[in-house]
Amino acid sequence: MVKFEIHNLNIWFGSVHAIKQVNMEIQSNEILSVIGPASSGKTTFLRALNRLNDLNTNYKMTGALELEREDICAVDIEVLRRKIGMVFALPLPLPLSVFDNVAYGARMHGERNKRLLGQRVEDALRQAYLWEEVKDRLNESAFKLSGGQQQRLCIARTLAVGPEVMLFDEPCSGLDPISTAKVEDAMLKLKEKYTIVLVTNNVKQAARVADRTAFFLTGELIEIDKTDKIFTAPKDRRTDGYIRGKFG
Amino acid sequence: MRKFKEFIVEKLILICGIASIFFVILIFLFLLKEGLAVFKTVSLFKFLLGKNWYPISEPPQLGILPLILGSLLVTLGAAIISIPIGVGCAVYIAEVAPTQTKEILKAGIELLAAIPSVVLGFIGMVTLVPLVKNVFHLPTGLTALSGSIMLAFMAMPTIVSIAEDALYSVPKSYKEGAFALGATRWQTIHRVMLPAASSGILAAVMLGVGRGIGETMAVMMITGNAAVIPHSILAPVRTLTATIAAEMGEAVVGSEHYFALFAIGIVLFVISFAVNVTADLFLHKRQ
Repeated sequence: MVKFEIHNLNIWFGSVHAIKQVNMEIQSNEILSVIGPASSGKTTFLRALNRLNDLNTNYKMTGALELEREDICAVDIEVLRRKIGMVFALPLPLPLSVFDNVAYGARMHGERNKRLLGQRVEDALRQAYLWEEVKDRLNESAFKLSGGQQQRLCIARTLAVGPEVMLFDEPCSGLDPISTAKVEDAMLKLKEKYTIVLVTNNVKQAARVADRTAFFLTGELIEIDKTDKIFTAPKDRRTDGYIRGKFG
Repeated sequence: MRKFKEFIVEKLILICGIASIFFVILIFLFLLKEGLAVFKTVSLFKFLLGKNWYPISEPPQLGILPLILGSLLVTLGAAIISIPIGVGCAVYIAEVAPTQTKEILKAGIELLAAIPSVVLGFIGMVTLVPLVKNVFHLPTGLTALSGSIMLAFMAMPTIVSIAEDALYSVPKSYKEGAFALGATRWQTIHRVMLPAASSGILAAVMLGVGRGIGETMAVMMITGNAAVIPHSILAPVRTLTATIAAEMGEAVVGSEHYFALFAIGIVLFVISFAVNVTADLFLHKRQ
């Protein structure tokens, strides 16, 4: 099933043309990875999906972005962002306990029932592959967790809001290989329930987890295809060059 | 030659640096020397908690409790008025206002800070005082409330500009994180931005309040200057600062009255010092 449909997407920041004429679809329950060198527009693309770019004052967008056939600009922005969770490059735990961190979004959206909240926190932590590690330390400060645990905590916090789509913006750029592997395991498990868009600088990560891969270069979508194909037989010379590490 | 120049410049800067501390110490020593003399005639306890300030009666009664209460009442009133408005204004400027409005507001705040306090006092005297008198049906509008309102105007620029700085320096990622969880703008402000900037905002409040305690001219002109223990915010009061300003010219040098005024100076010094140190603690906690 098609989750996102993107038609003729163009994005400008002031006079900078950041995304040029992008057309693509994102399927539900797939991991789509977005790769490309720095300033290729991949993060801008990701942030267009939950309208986080709207925070920039000189931001301009044309074209259509549809979530399940509904224009995302027509939906209430808070509702949209609850449906589309986002995990950032650096883990950003709040100065609260582990439990309160995960419960934060749910509480903000009005969940008061203690039992339900506890259940939601546990579910989210289990899905983020963190429950076993933190179930006895739910009342400790989130800052005491390791970097990898903090990142999974942020994933759990996003999950606790009940999204349908998860956006990952270079989620492992600050993590060691073992923590990275755990986050990747979590993602593979999560795609059973969620649609995942993963922006990554790490080409190997895309190869490991993604079903499909999109390659961006200077704001253009050069190629999008099954990950296997992109990595074994790319159609475009530039994709091949980037994957082989000739530039980027 | 070049080394010599370096040497001279270095020493000059050193002297400048030491000078400021040196003068503060000198002022403090002078204050102590003149002020402590009053405790030969009156005990510290009686001085701070005495209910009567009759410095020129015979023997003089030197209790500054009414003055301390006057200062505290006026400052407290000013804080109650200026903190919500000031912090609200800072939030609006930092988080809500479009760029153009923001610039205009900031310029306005700076202008407010530039008004000399005597001018504010004088405007308060001709506009605010009659208003307070009529609204509350008082025999006089020269009350602690009038002083509080005017002081609030003076504390506001400090509170707004420092609180806005504090909000501005909250990492952008916090805000984005909150928005990405589906928070509304208001939820983001009061659940993420304000807690994250809280130490800076507290510092802003303390510095604003500190400004209020030290302010002299405006409060002297509109609080009524009655050195009695105030029973309500609608009664005339006299502050510590106004007492010194009003009576120093008349006090006989070397008299108990004269020493008592210096001792009031010490009390003020201690209060402002405490407020500033607290503000500093909050500011450093932030960094």
